[in-house]
Amino acid sequence: MRIWRRLACALLLLVLVVSLAANWLAPAGYAKQYREAAGASPSRQHWLGTDDIGRDRFARLLYGTRISLLLAPAAALVSTSMAALIGGVAGYLGGRWQSGAMAVTDLFLSLPWLFLLITVRALMPLNVTPLVSVLVTFLILALLGWTTAARVLCASAASLRQADFLRQARAAGIGRVRLFCIHILPNLKPALFAQFWISIPAFILSEANLGILGLGVAEPLPSWGSLLKELEGLVSVGDEPWKFVPLVLLVAVVTSFQLVLSNQEELAG
Amino acid sequence: MSKRTILISLVCLAILAGSAFAQGELRFCLRSEPKTFDPMKVEDDASVAIRYLTGGTLVRMNRQTQALEAELAEAWKVSKDSKQITFKLRSGISFSDGTPFSAEDVAYTVQQLMDPALHSPTGDAFRSGPGKVETKIISPTQISLTFPAPIAALDRQFDQVAILSSHSPKKEMAVLGPFMVAEYKAGTSVVLKRNANYWKADAQGHKLPYLDSIKLDIQPNRDVEMLRFTRNEIDLINSLDSDYFDKLASSSPQLVHDAGPSLDSEQMWFNQVAKAPLPGYKKEWFRSATFRRAISTAINRADLSRVVFRGHAKPAAGPVSPANKYWFNAKLTPPAYTPDGALKALQAEGFHLEKGTLKDKYDNPVVFSILTNSGNKYRERMATMIQEDLQKIGIQVNVVTLDFPSLIERVTQTFNYEAILLGLTNVGLDPNEEMNVWLSSSENHQWNPQQKAPETAWEAEIDRLMRLQAATSDLKKRKEAFDRVQEIVVEQSPFIYLVNRNALSAVSSSVHGANPVILVPQTYWNMDRLSVN
Repeated sequence: MRIWRRLACALLLLVLVVSLAANWLAPAGYAKQYREAAGASPSRQHWLGTDDIGRDRFARLLYGTRISLLLAPAAALVSTSMAALIGGVAGYLGGRWQSGAMAVTDLFLSLPWLFLLITVRALMPLNVTPLVSVLVTFLILALLGWTTAARVLCASAASLRQADFLRQARAAGIGRVRLFCIHILPNLKPALFAQFWISIPAFILSEANLGILGLGVAEPLPSWGSLLKELEGLVSVGDEPWKFVPLVLLVAVVTSFQLVLSNQEELAG
Repeated sequence: MSKRTILISLVCLAILAGSAFAQGELRFCLRSEPKTFDPMKVEDDASVAIRYLTGGTLVRMNRQTQALEAELAEAWKVSKDSKQITFKLRSGISFSDGTPFSAEDVAYTVQQLMDPALHSPTGDAFRSGPGKVETKIISPTQISLTFPAPIAALDRQFDQVAILSSHSPKKEMAVLGPFMVAEYKAGTSVVLKRNANYWKADAQGHKLPYLDSIKLDIQPNRDVEMLRFTRNEIDLINSLDSDYFDKLASSSPQLVHDAGPSLDSEQMWFNQVAKAPLPGYKKEWFRSATFRRAISTAINRADLSRVVFRGHAKPAAGPVSPANKYWFNAKLTPPAYTPDGALKALQAEGFHLEKGTLKDKYDNPVVFSILTNSGNKYRERMATMIQEDLQKIGIQVNVVTLDFPSLIERVTQTFNYEAILLGLTNVGLDPNEEMNVWLSSSENHQWNPQQKAPETAWEAEIDRLMRLQAATSDLKKRKEAFDRVQEIVVEQSPFIYLVNRNALSAVSSSVHGANPVILVPQTYWNMDRLSVN
């Protein structure tokens, strides 16, 4: 398995580096419309052809990848922090706090995600720039995506509550806040890291789902979701296999994250 | 040969002769579940399709020539005041269940049509004023109908009215059209069988329709519809997407038909509602005809047609498509693409360019959002192209896609939007069918609906002209009035008309007699004369 993990790490690194080099690799940008060459097949000028309104598909893939690979971890960081705060504190305090926090978590888990996202998206102000729209999209994902992690962290923190080292710390008169920060959080680190790592591909896929529905990142900014929209017309895709490249890349990246995660879990174990 | 053998042979020949032209089953898809089989309650597209195939009408508009033709009525006469119509009916016609057709059935149908308790959507076109409709049965084959107020194009309104039987125990299931509903499986299919009592025959005297049956599969997914067509599982597709059209055309060009610009239009408009929750300076832009016209001329319509619709659309000249042969104002042409001219016009209005950004006289950057419904790839593409076109004159456009209910809520209730890009599907040809769009008091006067009194002089003039054309039966006067309405709409640009989509369809090579047209139902408007191998 080690070789696969190394390959996964290498692939993620390569994809990230290439996407960060988008300005040099695709200097014309993701928004320029080559209207005379709309829907063109791959060529020396357009390596993956152009989309339906003539934008270079390769450039859009690079910029879209950059957005997903930078913002999905950022959203994962926000959601994991929220999970640590809500789940960790509730588990540490126990009793009514734990019951209350878990009830809220259950409520969030029972909500239909997609409809909730569509509703929240509909309530957003209309006049936001594409950059703000992408930030807001990932922020919404983060604000709604902390619940599963919170349950795991709550259980982990609860299991530590009666640990001997905590009793000793309490007996020594250490305050609750300090106890939580010094003794609980460090012990939650493996779970936190695992939850953070799990969230990244989940957010990437969630954005892709929203994008396919046309409710994700605003035009002309690309994202994997908006790139995958090209696959919605099954009939027209058959003869244009290069349209599958964003999908292949998405699968490769998500799989790589999973492979790297399993490695981290082993290390943590 | 014995006498008995000869007799059997003769009987067989007679049966074969009778069914020689009853040919096969035609299959195509309905894109939604039909909500009703009662022709009086029809509102949705699927039910309209079934009414077209099963209902017998007094007159019918020929979808190819757009002329009104005699059907169950062999002649008709409209009074000068457009309040009364007298029909002379054909005799010897029976409903599908065998009950005879007479003037009583027409009277019964009109009574149902105008019944306030039933509130037939088809009857809306006849509710021109308060009061009752008078029906006078002159003889079993002659009837006169008098409406309380004038109805423009009164005879044409009967194209949508399927005649019901006043005596049949089968009620609305007894029909006078070429087919009748034989089987309905909710969510799956509707099967129509040939109406053996259908009154029409072809030039050779063979009874119509030729087809034995029609199978209508309920299939909302257009990809699946297309796949089924390519697998020969269905025979027709109406309103084909331009992407699919080109795909099919590349492999089987003989199967696809581009009938030219349809009645449908794609358009955008700015929010001009006074109470809209928008900053004052933006309302000022949107209420300026110069601003709207400048935006209109800064949009490259030719590119929209060529790129978004792959050439299967034409730049729109105004509110009426050239497909509407009579009512289209031929003096109008699509606005020329002149970004420089647009910029000059805006500069004359106090706007100025500053470091590539257009600013108004108060120094506010010109930024607005265009809202469209998510999931419609053509509108999303158009909005993105308009975004780039307007960027060239320093305007920043934010494209926002929303689910349809949220979008409609903003248009009709909260008025919380800046610009909208949507399409309009037109079925009728007569301007009266657009009264609900053009009258300033109407709910569907989208840029500024339900005005208590017209807020601008040009809207007052449109109101006057629309009422004028509705109140007269003089076709020339009506045409003059509606031509002027079209000119005002182009001058003021409350709607910025972008393109008219072409009527695209696909017909299997096994179907004979198909002649797709621009009007609905494109491929099967002459269904009684279609046959399948």
